[in-house]
Amino acid sequence: MVSQLSWKVGGQQGEGIESTGEIFSIALNRLGYYLYGYRHFSSRIKGGHTNNKIRVSTTQVRSVADDLDILVAFDQESIDFNFHELRDGGVVIADAKFNPVIPEGSHVTLYAVPFTDIATNLGTSLMKNMVAVGASSAVLGLDINVFQEVVEGIFGRKGQQVVEKNMEAIRAGAQFMKEQLGENLQLMKLDQADGKKRMYMIGNDAIALGALAGGARFMAAYPITPASEIMEYLIKKLPALGGTVIQTEDEIAACTMAIGANYAGVRTLTASAGPGLSLMMEAIGLSGITETPLVIVDTQRGGPSTGLPTKQEQSDLMAMIYGTHGEIPKIVMAPSTVQEAFYDMVEAFNLAEEYQCPVIVLSDLQLSLGKQTVEPLEYEKIQIRRGKLVADELPPLANKENFKRYEITDDGISPRVLPGMINGIHHVTGVEHAETGKPSEVASNRNAQMDKRLRKLKQLKFQTPVHKNAKHEEADVLLVGFNSTRGAIEEAMERLERDGLKVNHAHVRLIHPFPTDEMLPLVQKAKKVIVVEHNATGQLANLLKMNVGHAEKISSILKYDGNPFLPNEVYTKSKELL
Amino acid sequence: MATFKDFRNDVKPNWCPGCGDFSVQAAIQRAAANVGLEPHQLAVISGIGCSGRISGYIHSYGFHGIHGRALPIAQGVKMANRDLTVIAAGGDGDGFAIGMGHTIHAIRRNIDITYIVMDNQIYGLTKGQTSPRSDVGFKTKSTPQGSVEPALSIMEMALSAGATFVAQSFSSDLKELTHLIEEAIKHKGFSLINVFSPCVTYNKVNTYDWFKEHLTNLSTIDEYDPSDRTMAMQTLMKHKGLVTGLIYQNKEQKSYQDLIHGYSETPLVHANLQLSREKFDELVAEFM
Repeated sequence: MVSQLSWKVGGQQGEGIESTGEIFSIALNRLGYYLYGYRHFSSRIKGGHTNNKIRVSTTQVRSVADDLDILVAFDQESIDFNFHELRDGGVVIADAKFNPVIPEGSHVTLYAVPFTDIATNLGTSLMKNMVAVGASSAVLGLDINVFQEVVEGIFGRKGQQVVEKNMEAIRAGAQFMKEQLGENLQLMKLDQADGKKRMYMIGNDAIALGALAGGARFMAAYPITPASEIMEYLIKKLPALGGTVIQTEDEIAACTMAIGANYAGVRTLTASAGPGLSLMMEAIGLSGITETPLVIVDTQRGGPSTGLPTKQEQSDLMAMIYGTHGEIPKIVMAPSTVQEAFYDMVEAFNLAEEYQCPVIVLSDLQLSLGKQTVEPLEYEKIQIRRGKLVADELPPLANKENFKRYEITDDGISPRVLPGMINGIHHVTGVEHAETGKPSEVASNRNAQMDKRLRKLKQLKFQTPVHKNAKHEEADVLLVGFNSTRGAIEEAMERLERDGLKVNHAHVRLIHPFPTDEMLPLVQKAKKVIVVEHNATGQLANLLKMNVGHAEKISSILKYDGNPFLPNEVYTKSKELL
Repeated sequence: MATFKDFRNDVKPNWCPGCGDFSVQAAIQRAAANVGLEPHQLAVISGIGCSGRISGYIHSYGFHGIHGRALPIAQGVKMANRDLTVIAAGGDGDGFAIGMGHTIHAIRRNIDITYIVMDNQIYGLTKGQTSPRSDVGFKTKSTPQGSVEPALSIMEMALSAGATFVAQSFSSDLKELTHLIEEAIKHKGFSLINVFSPCVTYNKVNTYDWFKEHLTNLSTIDEYDPSDRTMAMQTLMKHKGLVTGLIYQNKEQKSYQDLIHGYSETPLVHANLQLSREKFDELVAEFM
């Protein structure tokens, strides 16, 4: 019996690899297991190797597993490409049709299962993935009946006969596998899970759901990997709430349209990845100087330029903080789990309206597309706060004076009225302006307005600027990261502690303004600081040095080959640095 | 009821004396009053350039954005509040050079806004460079030997892109311009009005006199029918685009807002931001 294992299915893109993983994981989710799924895919539609790696556990997991227990292969390439990940004692379950081979002398067992033949005998070779699901289930010792509901959910529309055929394929796969396994049947049998119902979703689903819960009723966006799922989800759900998504002609239009809609009072977002964010930079400055709320999601991927469009990276950090010419107040937040992505989106809309500035929610490909089990989201935690938005009737303006939309206030935040309101007329411009919004180049006014805008974030209240697991008063090492590296760091930390080291962990959740007050004591308490990040220049490490100092203590573990950190990599490299 | 004077404010335009944009400003103010708007019901969204300043010279809600992006901002405003009358405005550089992508897509998207281009065939605010509307041979600071790129046939382009309202006017003809803006506001869909608005400082070729000599008003063409797209295209080509009046209008085509599924009939800005418990549970259950 095992409490966790790692399963992967591989084959040609467009061959049903995705649905094999989907069906298998939905069933495991229903049984109450915690899952973490990560897809390897290429920037093409058909052909090319693709795989879906799913980690199954009886406790929460948030990282790709170091190695692999079970590899399901639909072609020889899948074996060749992924074999190195298999641990000793692991198994390959491959379609007998292509006469699979594994390297000689390895400690891995190959089971050739006639996926295609069994499926063809039952009616259609298309069901070969169901046979593979059945075979996998036998290894894990799952009760096949759990698939009944899943299969009905997927094929119910096509009629009971189709459902039955698919169930038969699963049963046949399981039966064949059981006979093959013989006395090895118990080797990878999973401990029973708690059977609790939990959500299983990708980060982009949570971002989109968070936007809905946060009151977003409009989105303007341009398709891009790995952000498109956000607009695709919202276009399905917004019409029921009266809203919609417009697919614009480019990201500049997406961003400026979002600014227009926010100016007119509708909570509106746009979402993109690095290339799109690069195009939005001028508009972000417009949001800053006009003090128009704006929420942008940046799902980071491999850069620069088109870079590695379907691969993991965290190299937009500095661009998101400093991007746009000139100086504006801006909030950059970085959720590290799918759950946080949901709550952060709700909060992003609140902060954008409260501080009347752009808010960037930073994600990365692994967080956006990785699929995680999520503990129940709490409805009660959703609040809508609109800051100084004027809802009451306004007194008449003297002699066509403009409403003082940019009134100088102590906290820098001015009352905000929406177009359409009687007695609220004012001007909005990206040109430096006076309190009424009218352009002004007067030096004293310039200083007053710049200072006012930059004063706003001095009072920023952010619930958890740093996720901390820091029980040691004197730590041997402080591990620092942001976004999706949380799981790999947490697991590396466990192993380092097992080795007798005192390890603290800080995951930065508010990137800008940088939470110096939170980070400084943690850095001071550590003999060494290791910043783990997916880029080549150590952007978070530099940010930390700039804001907190102690550069002599800070070193980096960097990865920019497109693949997510594995816990073992963080562990091994930390050991080398300590 | 508001008069055109109610749409005036105390800001003195920074346009040169004699600039064609003064008439456009006046025409917008008159048209707004004539169609029965109150100042707070109008939002003027403008781009960057001399003409882009226009949103600051009208007593209404105004948003002066970034170069070339008046249209996406204006469309966002309209999507958020369909009760507002939204006019986008800017120059030929703004709309037909840096913002051309948005112009074409705003035309085909057909959201119910009005777009007024003050076309002076030159870059004024940057002190005299060529524009996509400059004629071949036109000498400017950036084309000292004369422009070799042909001018864009903007009205033909609009027709090709599926425009439902295409008009052209001349800033000297305040009466016609005002009338066209009124019709554009009333039109249910995207309306484009290109206005020849001479730059008296940097364009010494396309002057008031030049336009008076070269423009043909469509009212002088026998049996001109603005509902006939083919006739519109042929007339434009015959006159090298130098016509004024309502060139084409399709009154049958529904606007974007009336076509998209589920879009709220009341302004979206009034929507409830809080999801109901029931709705939330329903959305969450889909991931279980």
